[in-house]
Amino acid sequence: MTSTPSEPLSMPAAGVIVTPVRIGLGLIACALLVLPFADLSMLGRSPWPIAWDILSGFLRPNFSAVENLGYATALTLAFAMGGLAVGVMGGAVLAVLYTFRAVRVLAAVLRSVHELIWALLLMAVLGPTVATGIAAIALAYSGIFAKVYAEILSEADQRPGDVLPRGTGIVSRFVYGRVAVALPALAAYTSYRLECAIRSSAVLGFIGLPTLGFQLDSFFKQGQYGAVAAVLIIYFTLIATIPIWLRRPLVPLYLVLAIGVLVAHPGPPIAGSSLWHFVTNDIVPAPLRNGSWSDYQTWRAAAAWFSGLFSSQIIPGLIATLIVAQITLALAGIIALLAFPAGVAALSGKIGSLVGAAGLVVGRSTPEYMLAYLFLQMFGPSMLPAILALSLHNGAIIAHLTARQAEQICQTLRPDAPRGFNLYFYELLPRLFGPFLALSLYRWEIILRETAILGILGITTLGFYIDSAIGELRIDRAVILIIATALLTIAIDAISRGLRSSLRLSPSATTRCDG
Amino acid sequence: MLVALVDERISHGSREILSGLNVSIRAGERVALLGRSGAGKSTLLNVLYARLAASHPVVALVPQDGALVGALSVYHNIYMGRLDQHHALYNLANLIRPRRRDIELATTCARTVGLEGTLWQSVGTLSGGQRQRTAVARALHRGGPIVLADEPVSAVDVTQGAQILAALSAQFETTILAMHDVDLAVAYSTRLIGLRAGTIVFDGPTGDIERRQILDLYAQ
Repeated sequence: MTSTPSEPLSMPAAGVIVTPVRIGLGLIACALLVLPFADLSMLGRSPWPIAWDILSGFLRPNFSAVENLGYATALTLAFAMGGLAVGVMGGAVLAVLYTFRAVRVLAAVLRSVHELIWALLLMAVLGPTVATGIAAIALAYSGIFAKVYAEILSEADQRPGDVLPRGTGIVSRFVYGRVAVALPALAAYTSYRLECAIRSSAVLGFIGLPTLGFQLDSFFKQGQYGAVAAVLIIYFTLIATIPIWLRRPLVPLYLVLAIGVLVAHPGPPIAGSSLWHFVTNDIVPAPLRNGSWSDYQTWRAAAAWFSGLFSSQIIPGLIATLIVAQITLALAGIIALLAFPAGVAALSGKIGSLVGAAGLVVGRSTPEYMLAYLFLQMFGPSMLPAILALSLHNGAIIAHLTARQAEQICQTLRPDAPRGFNLYFYELLPRLFGPFLALSLYRWEIILRETAILGILGITTLGFYIDSAIGELRIDRAVILIIATALLTIAIDAISRGLRSSLRLSPSATTRCDG
Repeated sequence: MLVALVDERISHGSREILSGLNVSIRAGERVALLGRSGAGKSTLLNVLYARLAASHPVVALVPQDGALVGALSVYHNIYMGRLDQHHALYNLANLIRPRRRDIELATTCARTVGLEGTLWQSVGTLSGGQRQRTAVARALHRGGPIVLADEPVSAVDVTQGAQILAALSAQFETTILAMHDVDLAVAYSTRLIGLRAGTIVFDGPTGDIERRQILDLYAQ
């Protein structure tokens, strides 16, 4: 692990040499430093009885609630496609205007708030309606699409645009010279995002929307483990068969079906006035809402309100979020380094690599939220289930992508290259450690956002306080907490980007693969 | 006089690519640029195109790499030669449902280069030669009195190459071609310009340039 592909880069300010290995060791040191403060207790309970229940459920999956499950599946897909479609449109508009600073900031804000948080917030206004689900996915995804679409468009081959007739108008030039050139990359990224949208949509069920997550939650609460297994089997089948049923000519049909399902879904009526009330009233801090703005006392009360919120919720939430995220990041990296050989034929054999790759795909496509939910039932409400779920999920993603890069390297190896351990330590790891670290750093921001979210399950990260504030209908507090979460996410993103650029790896190699 | 370059200098960093060229082109000339790769043919052609396009409304171009849009069909790539002649909405509609008249115009150009059978294939699936012919068809569709082409027949066989050069000569009053095939260059030009390391070695009527002078261009 000592030799690395990129040269050491000196940082003039600190006078410290930054190498990939040092960044990696630094991150592990951070994790060890916060480890003593992490609550990893299991409250004296044993995880095995519930684990056994779930396992035996898988041996006898119970599809008898098939009607409910079928409808929940249809709604899961409909929410995913509807939200994705609106997100694509929003993201496309933002991407076109991405040169404007204000648009970039808007996109950053939209994507720094997780779709589950958007859903919680919208739920307070619109209730568990179709609009809530669609808007939650669309808001978060349009921020992501804006950034990635803009990147793809700017990286596209410029030559066709350069040779267009001089008098070509700006719209025609953009459509024929840019969009058409980048179309395959745009389409590939969008269809990859469908998998993410199905995952998001399923997870929205955990907070009350009528998707698969809702079924999973209720079956769990009733102790129907066979039905729990049925939900998971349906979900995995859905994800695994995407390449079979996602065909471009069928997309319009799917969209029409999705709209049909969503329109036909009965829901409580949405009061138009509630949104207005929400913006002008609910999100205004309570002291400002109730007092006169010209009164000095009002502002004193507001300051006290904020500092109370800051010391009792924001700071504890922030610390817990960072503790979980740092341990998770280090653990995910270690898991990835240990697990990626499973997906490489030269290391695990042909059959082994097929099995390994399949395992990595399952780990990567199981929503972290679902995994944490299962672990929470087994281990009880401490940081342990969050850390386990997030590091397994993210470790599998990093391992999956690293294995893919390793396979490419293996094709270019000299015929007399070493095998086994020596292959791993001399040929692969030195070449892959830089890209691996860049990937891990890229996941850092995502891990942080996911950590905050898992608070909704009862682990005391920022999401816990957001969820309780919304539950108590204290939307003003929730909004401040959401802003704090977003700022933390943006800060970590900036640090990660700085470290990644010191690795001197191309950004597009890592940013597009946040599966 | 269509365009005149006086003491034209272009450099990339410290490396000089064109070092003080004097070239003028008159209407009706058939110019072929010769020289080893890296001699400055493409650079000279690009400079000439920039000047001509600034002073003439319609100048056709066959760039070296084709600069095609792989995701679009042959038809749409040919159509792109006239994007400036239609309204943006018309161009957008053409992406979804092309008009019969535009298809007919594009088909004529495609037939000239032998691509009529692949009009609706996406360019990304075509061979190198087919792509090159698509770029030529786009220039034919662009029309106008002048064409500049950077090695327009480097990826097709000799017979096809001759056909394409004949078609370009037939349609355009003035042709400026950067060529790697000396025989084709001689056959389809009235004036030869020999370039070596960014300077002009010879420039005169095709009949006046001796074979030896041309071969010297390529000597080590």
